[in-house]
Amino acid sequence: MKLYCLSGHPTLPCNVLKFKSTTIMLDCGLDMTSTLNFLPLPLVQSPRLSNLPGWSLKDGNAFLDKELKECSGHVFVDSVPEFCLPETELIDLSTVDVILISNYHCMMALPYITEHTGFTGTVYATEPTVQIGRLLMEELVNFIERVPKAQSASLWKNKDIQRLLPSPLKDAVEVSTWRRCYTMQEVNSALSKIQLVGYSQKIELFGAVQVTPLSSGYALGSSNWIIQSHYEKVSYVSGSSLLTTHPQPMDQASLKNSDVLVLTGLTQIPTANPDGMVGEFCSNLALTVRNGGNVLVPCYPSGVIYDLLECLYQYIDSAGLSNIPFYFISPVANSSLEFSQIFAEWLCHNKQTKVYLPEPPFPHAELIQTNKLRHYPSIHGDFSNDFRQPCVVFTGHPSLRFGDVVHFMELWGKSSLNTVIFTEPDFSYLEALAPYQPLAMKCIYCPIDTRLNFIQVSKLLKEVQPLHVVCPEQYTQPPPAQSHRMDLMIDCQPPAMSYRRAEVLALPFKRLFEKIEIMPELADSLVPMEIKPGISLATVSAVLHTKDNKHVLQPPPRPAPPTSGKKRKRASEDIPDCKVLKPLLSGSIPVEQFVQTLEKHGFSDVKVEDTAKGHIVLLQEAETLIQIEEDSTHIICDNDEMLRVRLRDLVLKFLQKF
Amino acid sequence: MPEIRVTPLGAGQDVGRSCILVSIGGKNVMLDCGMHMGFNDDRRFPDFSYITRNGRLTDFLDCVIISHFHLDHCGALPYFSEMVGYDGPIYMTHPTQAICPILLEDYRKIAVDKKGEANFFTSQMIKDCMKKVVAVHLHQTVQVDDELEIKAYYAGHVLGAAMFQIKVGSESVVYTGDYNMTPDRHLGAAWIDKCRPNLLITESTYATTIRDSKRCRERDFLKKVHETVERGGKVLIPVFALGRAQELCILLETFWERVNLKAPIYFSTGLTEKANHYYKLFITWTNQKIRKTFVQRNMFEFKHIKAFDRAFADNPGPMVVFATPGMLHAGQSLQIFRKWAGNEKNMVIMPGYCVQGTVGHKILSGQRKLEMEGRQVLEVKMQVEYMSFSAHADAKGIMQLVGQAEPESVLLVHGEAKKMEFLKQKIEQEFRVNCYMPANGETVTLPTSPSIPVGISLGLLKREMAQGLLPSAKKPRLLHGTLIMKDSSFQLVSSEQALKELGLAEHQLRFTCRVHLHDSRKEQETAARVYSHLKSILKDHCVQHLPDGSVTVESILIQAAAHSEDPGTKVLLVSWTYQDEELGSYLTSLLKKGLPQAPS
Repeated sequence: MKLYCLSGHPTLPCNVLKFKSTTIMLDCGLDMTSTLNFLPLPLVQSPRLSNLPGWSLKDGNAFLDKELKECSGHVFVDSVPEFCLPETELIDLSTVDVILISNYHCMMALPYITEHTGFTGTVYATEPTVQIGRLLMEELVNFIERVPKAQSASLWKNKDIQRLLPSPLKDAVEVSTWRRCYTMQEVNSALSKIQLVGYSQKIELFGAVQVTPLSSGYALGSSNWIIQSHYEKVSYVSGSSLLTTHPQPMDQASLKNSDVLVLTGLTQIPTANPDGMVGEFCSNLALTVRNGGNVLVPCYPSGVIYDLLECLYQYIDSAGLSNIPFYFISPVANSSLEFSQIFAEWLCHNKQTKVYLPEPPFPHAELIQTNKLRHYPSIHGDFSNDFRQPCVVFTGHPSLRFGDVVHFMELWGKSSLNTVIFTEPDFSYLEALAPYQPLAMKCIYCPIDTRLNFIQVSKLLKEVQPLHVVCPEQYTQPPPAQSHRMDLMIDCQPPAMSYRRAEVLALPFKRLFEKIEIMPELADSLVPMEIKPGISLATVSAVLHTKDNKHVLQPPPRPAPPTSGKKRKRASEDIPDCKVLKPLLSGSIPVEQFVQTLEKHGFSDVKVEDTAKGHIVLLQEAETLIQIEEDSTHIICDNDEMLRVRLRDLVLKFLQKF
Repeated sequence: MPEIRVTPLGAGQDVGRSCILVSIGGKNVMLDCGMHMGFNDDRRFPDFSYITRNGRLTDFLDCVIISHFHLDHCGALPYFSEMVGYDGPIYMTHPTQAICPILLEDYRKIAVDKKGEANFFTSQMIKDCMKKVVAVHLHQTVQVDDELEIKAYYAGHVLGAAMFQIKVGSESVVYTGDYNMTPDRHLGAAWIDKCRPNLLITESTYATTIRDSKRCRERDFLKKVHETVERGGKVLIPVFALGRAQELCILLETFWERVNLKAPIYFSTGLTEKANHYYKLFITWTNQKIRKTFVQRNMFEFKHIKAFDRAFADNPGPMVVFATPGMLHAGQSLQIFRKWAGNEKNMVIMPGYCVQGTVGHKILSGQRKLEMEGRQVLEVKMQVEYMSFSAHADAKGIMQLVGQAEPESVLLVHGEAKKMEFLKQKIEQEFRVNCYMPANGETVTLPTSPSIPVGISLGLLKREMAQGLLPSAKKPRLLHGTLIMKDSSFQLVSSEQALKELGLAEHQLRFTCRVHLHDSRKEQETAARVYSHLKSILKDHCVQHLPDGSVTVESILIQAAAHSEDPGTKVLLVSWTYQDEELGSYLTSLLKKGLPQAPS
């Protein structure tokens, strides 16, 4: 069993597991941090951005000044933003049989894999994952396509040139594999390859392996996966949460007894407490608005935003914000809000109970009804008429490189009354802000990452007791910025096996058994024999049938009735098939009893001689001797076949067959 | 001999109070717990005393499964769990769990408040009963205990309706509940995979009907409603609050919109809006089209359909009223019916099945003079129309489902005996499987022969597979191994491994036979002759002539020695182990026949 690691990003994994002749891709994460190296795509022509100076080498050589622009000491690529794809060369991706998706954030590279690698398999994901994943992709494509950019920079990617660039461009990895965003057509085609599954549904792959999604508690429809055969079990844990937010709680019990547990998607901010962050978010938001400023919240169109809106729902009136408009701007804002209300079965118990009343599970329905929350597909159109300040705007993209958020950064960045509050943990907020510097606006960093922290992980591992843990290398050492925090790493016994991008791990697995079915007719014919207390044996001779990786033992065919009328068979056909083996024997032969038995069967002249290792039993008349030792019996006789067979059967009576 | 036993307590050769007991692999499961709308006495509930004479139901039953929220499938549940007494798990889908208590409460109100029945279950009992419910997802494998697992499949029919697979080891039963094999205006079609159950228990409401295309029926319905309204008549459509009502509302709403009709459409109970809300929140259970477009336009928000007030019934002019319940057996629909029945301009459209004993059944069977309470006789002059909109599978659909699931046998419930008989023959002919149709209280017993799963050591399996996967028809290869049975674990290993695992030594049994040959040549030459003789006969075997002069056939050793007394005789010592018994025995007898004369 092998694990091919195609992504180096611990929360956006992409691994391929080879297990019992199946090839299973676990998640399809797309590393979008690469876009931080690019200039933002403004919705409205931005003089500031278009007038940034070109970058030139120290010696004044300015041959890259069309591709690279400088802003407050940072250098950015002036081009359509590109994403860092999973490794496509490590393994032939056309051999992947299935792709298992754990949550909507971890499927963003799907179109690259399903549309451009010769992939012909099936993708499995839950319904909320697919629906919300589609929204995320739709938003991404929309953000990028609605700002067509003529320029596409590629010169800087040249290895020799990249060396000359300043950090972080110089250190960017795998730039040659960076790709532009896919199209909606590719998204639709990729999503059409998905088959919907429900939690705890057992899905058979080729009769060899069974995969099952389990609730992971992180997002609507998010799952961990069990990949198992009858004797081996691999758990794939990705993006799980033990906090009570809106999704169904995590199913931990089903992860027990794993041989290998692959652990990815832990919190990216292990030192921040999500509850505290939500509190800070609310108070900063209120403070800014009270002072007449605007609040910008860069966010994804689904996920934490539901929880933030719910908190605000409870907070708005007490904080005196009832008259402040909340805007949610995204091409998929409406869909996201609508979809969130129809996944009753994927929600936590409290929210489910509301649906039974029947009431919408999320209070943002009421915020919309009372006009406190309004949603728009973009800043163009209706929004420009309704826009009132001060206000709170939720919009994407959290990288601040594309989407309506770019417009608000340009619009509000110059005033210190305004605040941008970062809640999404996927991008370093300092890097995200870099192309907007110098900035007067206040920046608050309240990352809300509900995924497992290291304390929860160590408790989980103690609870489910996997034999081996496999995880990204980042989790086996403290974070670089906090190298003294030995508590911010995975601590388990035996130590976790770590992987990095483009590595192949041989998983410590020894398969010993396989399931086989014994047909009832055969089972009836077996004669069990108790060999030790509680242990019985039966020798089995049967015909093996294998179909679709399922093995069945059937009774051996009855010997064909002798064909008397026909010609005698040729001699060669009488030759016994040496492959028909007799069973092995075990036990020992008690000489005295054996002799008594011989006498009972009419042998009168039995004589016993002792030897160093045992005895020799002599049948004088028949000129036959039987050597009996602890672990062997040797019958030496002359021509008399009848006699030999008789003796053989008497000896066998004392032995057990295997 | 293991067996599966099935006993209908209700819905055996009947429609109403569905309740089927299944024993499988030592587990007892009750499927549905319905009431019968045709009775007001003891017969309205299944006879639960049948389940166990003494002892608690909780001890006997491992679980109860409810297929959907119709009262003939869940109406007896609070009575069963709270009054008879059952504390085990009750499984149903999320929408069923949401809607079921509302319908039960409705039913209770009609029975207690309107009819004044005593000793009926209370509101609190409905709540307590619902606390025992465990909700299941579609396709989720629910482990009831270590051995018993259940799985729900989409059934169409009504919101949240499911078919259930009940599985113990390799034995399984599928219970369809009520289902629909063609998608309608708001629900999708039932679907099941080729799960090959030992038994498929299917409803057979429309066992003999092949329904004409849905479109025709819809057109017919709209035409009738339209005509009646045009001539100033009133249309009464008795429905159940959830299900068919929504489909017909969608139908009329779009028609009114298109033709621009002005006559009011009313929906009788306060449940409407609530009911529609359920459809909105559980939109993932509706059909593809509604799910796809719900963000832009929610099909369950109606513009033309308004809430009904009791006083409206006496308003002059045309109107269309949806009123509950659907079989005209009580409540508002019956009240309106009584008011409108005397006018031939009016029309009542029965869009679903009516059980015997209900007013709906009576008027559908042609009765025009009805005896009401208090010896009153009601003359029915209004037009009576029946339109099958019930979302049940028709005969074709039932056959289709049997084909999908490929069961080993079929059992019919939820239908009329005569019609079942016809379908039973059809199923037996077409699928060559046994088909049963027990009456209530009658038990069907199916012997099963489950195969036994064991673990085979990978070494042994691979060795076998390497020697050729294709079993030749002439000489099937035999696999030899030893089955070790320890506690409940069964392992099939090679004989060598079995010995090793049990810490036993092999006992070698060896035979040596002396064969005398007339041959005056040297021993080496005799050996050489033996070699070439055997080589020519045993073409498929490995025959070797070793440097020390001995000859081997596979692992059988043949040595030539001089006779101690007779120089003209050589002695062949043939030696083999018990494992080569056949070949050894064969060789001795072969050699005894002597060697062919070699040219000297």
